[in-house]
Amino acid sequence: MQEAIRIVTPLTEDKARQLKAGDFVLITGTIYTARDAAHKRMVEALAAGENLPVDFKDQIIYYVGPAPAKPGQPIGSAGPTTSGRMDAYTPRILEEGLRGMIGKGYRSPEVVEAMKKYGAVYFAATGGAAALIAKAIKKYEIVAYQDLGPEALARLTVENFPAIVVIDSQGNNFYNEGQQKYRNI
Amino acid sequence: MRTIDVSQITATVAKLAVDANYYLSDDIRAALEAGQEREESPLGRAILGQLVENACIARDEQMPICQDTGMAVIFLEVGQDVHITGGSLVDAVNAGVAKGYTEGYLRKSVVGEPLFNRKNTGDNTPAVLHTTIVPGDKIKITLAPKGFGSENMSALKMFKPADGLPAVKKFVIDTIFNAGSNPCPPIVVGIGIGGTMEKAALMAKQALLRPIDKRSSHSEYANLEQELLDLINKTGIGPQGLGGRVTALAVNVEYYPTHIAGLPVAININCHATRHAEAEL
Repeated sequence: MQEAIRIVTPLTEDKARQLKAGDFVLITGTIYTARDAAHKRMVEALAAGENLPVDFKDQIIYYVGPAPAKPGQPIGSAGPTTSGRMDAYTPRILEEGLRGMIGKGYRSPEVVEAMKKYGAVYFAATGGAAALIAKAIKKYEIVAYQDLGPEALARLTVENFPAIVVIDSQGNNFYNEGQQKYRNI
Repeated sequence: MRTIDVSQITATVAKLAVDANYYLSDDIRAALEAGQEREESPLGRAILGQLVENACIARDEQMPICQDTGMAVIFLEVGQDVHITGGSLVDAVNAGVAKGYTEGYLRKSVVGEPLFNRKNTGDNTPAVLHTTIVPGDKIKITLAPKGFGSENMSALKMFKPADGLPAVKKFVIDTIFNAGSNPCPPIVVGIGIGGTMEKAALMAKQALLRPIDKRSSHSEYANLEQELLDLINKTGIGPQGLGGRVTALAVNVEYYPTHIAGLPVAININCHATRHAEAEL
């Protein structure tokens, strides 16, 4: 496997546009978490003309609903959740400057179009590798929507968070490329 | 008549909830390691390695293998010579789920009502409970936490008998293609064939409890399991859907008599961890 590309947040448009589908990356810095319920609230807030709880310009959102932290740990197991559930809301958040998303699974054509338009990247983390990924998370702070429990909007501090670029800012899709290579049915 | 107090059931369910979520079973670990040997994709091999490493971290640090610690699906086999004392069996099981999920730092993922007010119940109850009465004076409890990345990719279809084996195979492959990367491949596929609609679905779930290195005792179904596994591993989906040969670790098929007019087929997909733990009282 190729050498990992190190990314330090914030992820600017320039840096994002250099990433190619299939690249293995290690992310360090600040990232945010938000799942379906938090996305729904954010899109509703924007529709009502309100500001978002955080400025997502050049930021990365990780789709995760972590397990509770044991005493002394920053976070419990924290693997990616299925990204497709966020598709209905994602183009609107990309419009706000969101530069990267980390999750697992396919995205809708609307999301891919918005990613191309605004210059954003979609990363996959290994689904199920939740204890391993938790090791890369050094800090977990809830920023908004505390009532949503594991679905609250939170800020994470990460070091060498492992992920793979599956859809790049040109719309190249590594799920398609990777699978075609090994398909003989 | 043997007497078992509900407090024993609660304590056992609580322990099983933690054990099932912290420890990857030996058959799955062996299959992941064997998968690393035969996976041709370098990225796929790296991912299988991550999953083995993840299981070691979860075991050593006593934390869940996956953050989605699931809805607790529980199978109870209650001996007909057992007398349960001290309260309601169902309440005792749910008390065990609440205790295990709370004290084990497992994620609470259950909402109390599915459509209008999806409010989290806060303790991962209620469980989905399947109880059968069997001969003897013991209670066997199996707890299988089911995450919904994979559960959402499951399917059921009522075929005409004339559709036969080719339609069944096509349904399985179509379901696997549709699931793609979402259920966290490499997956384990449980299939229920026959019975009625709900019986087929229940068998598909029960099929996931069988060790993945154990084939059906019926030779034609054992052959079907192997054939479907080979077909699924030709889809190219691979670990995490990023391409490769190891898309599924196993296909387990259960069957049951059915009606002359029917051929129900249910497919329950599980992620690589295919968690379950059991105990006998």
